[in-house]
Amino acid sequence: MPLLEVEEVSKAFRGLRAVAGASFSVEGQSITALIGPNGAGKTTLFNLVAGVYRPDRGDIRLRGRSIAGLPAHRVCAAGVGRTFQLVKPFAGLSVLDNAIVGALNGERTVSGARARAVAVLERLGLSGKAEVAASHLTLADRRRLEVARALATRPSLLLLDEMMAGLRPTEIDELVGVLRNVQREEGVTILLTEHVMRAVMALADQIVVLHHGEVIARGEPAAIVRNPAVLDCYLGEDATAGEPGA
Amino acid sequence: MTSDRPAGAGDRRRLALITVVTVALVTLPLVGSSYLVSVATLALYLAYVGQAWNVMMGFAGQLSLGHSLYVGLGAYVAAGIFVHFGVGPWAGLWLAVAICSAVGAFIGLLAFRLRISGVQLSLLTVAFAELARIGFDHLDWFGGPGGLFLRVGDRNHIDLLGFRGPPAMYYYAMLALAAGALGVCALLLRRRPGYYWRAIREDEVAAQALGIDTFRWKMLAVVLSSAMTAIAGVFFAFYNNSLFPEQIFGFGRSIEIILGPVIGGLGTLFGPIVGAVALVLLGDGTTEILAKAGVDLPGARQVVHGLVLLLVTIYLPNGLWPPLARALGFQPRRL
Ligand SMILES: Nc1ncnc2c1ncn2[C@@H]1O[C@H](COP(=O)(O)OP(=O)(O)OP(=O)(O)O)[C@@H](O)[C@H]1O
Ligand SMILES: [Mg+2]
Repeated sequence: MPLLEVEEVSKAFRGLRAVAGASFSVEGQSITALIGPNGAGKTTLFNLVAGVYRPDRGDIRLRGRSIAGLPAHRVCAAGVGRTFQLVKPFAGLSVLDNAIVGALNGERTVSGARARAVAVLERLGLSGKAEVAASHLTLADRRRLEVARALATRPSLLLLDEMMAGLRPTEIDELVGVLRNVQREEGVTILLTEHVMRAVMALADQIVVLHHGEVIARGEPAAIVRNPAVLDCYLGEDATAGEPGA
Repeated sequence: MTSDRPAGAGDRRRLALITVVTVALVTLPLVGSSYLVSVATLALYLAYVGQAWNVMMGFAGQLSLGHSLYVGLGAYVAAGIFVHFGVGPWAGLWLAVAICSAVGAFIGLLAFRLRISGVQLSLLTVAFAELARIGFDHLDWFGGPGGLFLRVGDRNHIDLLGFRGPPAMYYYAMLALAAGALGVCALLLRRRPGYYWRAIREDEVAAQALGIDTFRWKMLAVVLSSAMTAIAGVFFAFYNNSLFPEQIFGFGRSIEIILGPVIGGLGTLFGPIVGAVALVLLGDGTTEILAKAGVDLPGARQVVHGLVLLLVTIYLPNGLWPPLARALGFQPRRL
């Protein structure tokens, strides 16, 4: 059974069909990339999975159990962690306290949560900044903190919304390495959206292409970048080089 | 982390400071004048209600500008059953806490289910306080606009059960309440509620995504804050012995409650205390000096409070406590 199943899911905003009958599934212990032009509905789909919105139609299942329409905190408790495209750190709290808030999801005591938070910050390379206020972090570190906080909740599925946008190439390469590590060492399944194709090609086992809210292609990365429909609407000529739509 | 450091000069200085402050607070009624005792009681009272309000706004980020509602309700409930049925303050306390918690829960339920927050929430709390003010004007059982008066007891005899006695008794009661509130808040901040409230204060959507049932935790903050404030109301009733709706539910009273924590440092443990002391010292100090100089300026205290607020807002946006803590060698812990 796949870890995540998205089945014929639709969501409209005042008549605008943001997600229109999208279906795909994500196998456990893998990395799936959800790509597509700006406004394709990627973030909306994340918000549907994470419980921010209730789908107008369709079903979303985690390990076979429907999570569609559950409030966000119950989706998290069910095992879904997520980051935000526009980062949302707890700005007034230290990096460590940010991670502790996440870790309290799976821990009974604050000291247990602190231990988990310390381990997660280590994994994300933020140990040296544990006592710094989150508001003082660079964009690259804020993105890492988003991952750390979500990972601290001990999710089985991690949703990462555009981690790479606005980062320098060296920062992107570092983060790619960190994410691959996270997937392997923590045994977590990752679903990510990304415009930076270099990162997508380096990370993804499977790519799902969204266009006008519909899934127009899905499959292995090598096949997707040669798919005429995908080339036509999104990737254009030099698939793996540029940063289309960013 | 603090616990890893060896005890050094800073620790000794801090311990000395805490000892001095504690001794000064405990011995104050023995050595101070009755005026000093009444001023200190007022400062402790403001520190306590400020601490209670701080739970809701400073910790959980939910702005109430109508906390006089809970002071007034608590006071009237305890005073009403005392005047009419002779029920003492200790029983009245439980009823006051129960009723204020229920009212707080009702307002919280209304606001949070309708997703009201920020300015709208604060206006809703003002509306409820105003509603109470107007309502109690029309409740003859509580004396209406003419006021509700409690029989004044023997001031030279300490009657703990009836909460009647000399000013020093009220001072010590307020000292115990302020210390207790400080202890409870310190404990809560270090545990799950503290982490969850601060997360909600900083970003509610992110908090939900991390598994926090934000509705539940906001409700806890409102109910705890209103229950704590109710106790201050009961104290006020038996300390003041007269209650008027205009006076106790007034908007000015709500502002007076929030001034301490705002000036002292929102969301900090010692901010409400430092702020209350600063306000009372400066406010009463000025009126004292003016009185000695033979000048009678009604409203001088409010002007001083306004000035302090203005200066702190401009020059110390985090309040008096964070810089003071650093100067005293305390760890400027982020809360
Ligand atoms: N809360 C909302 N209210 C109204 N319209 C919305 C809302 N959220 C998204 N939309 C619209 O839905 C469509 C899909 O938006 P979405 O943010 O999901 O796209 P995306 O694929 O994440 O784009 P990007 O690559 O730019 O992040 C867009 O047309 C957007 O304007
Ligand atoms: Mg998006």
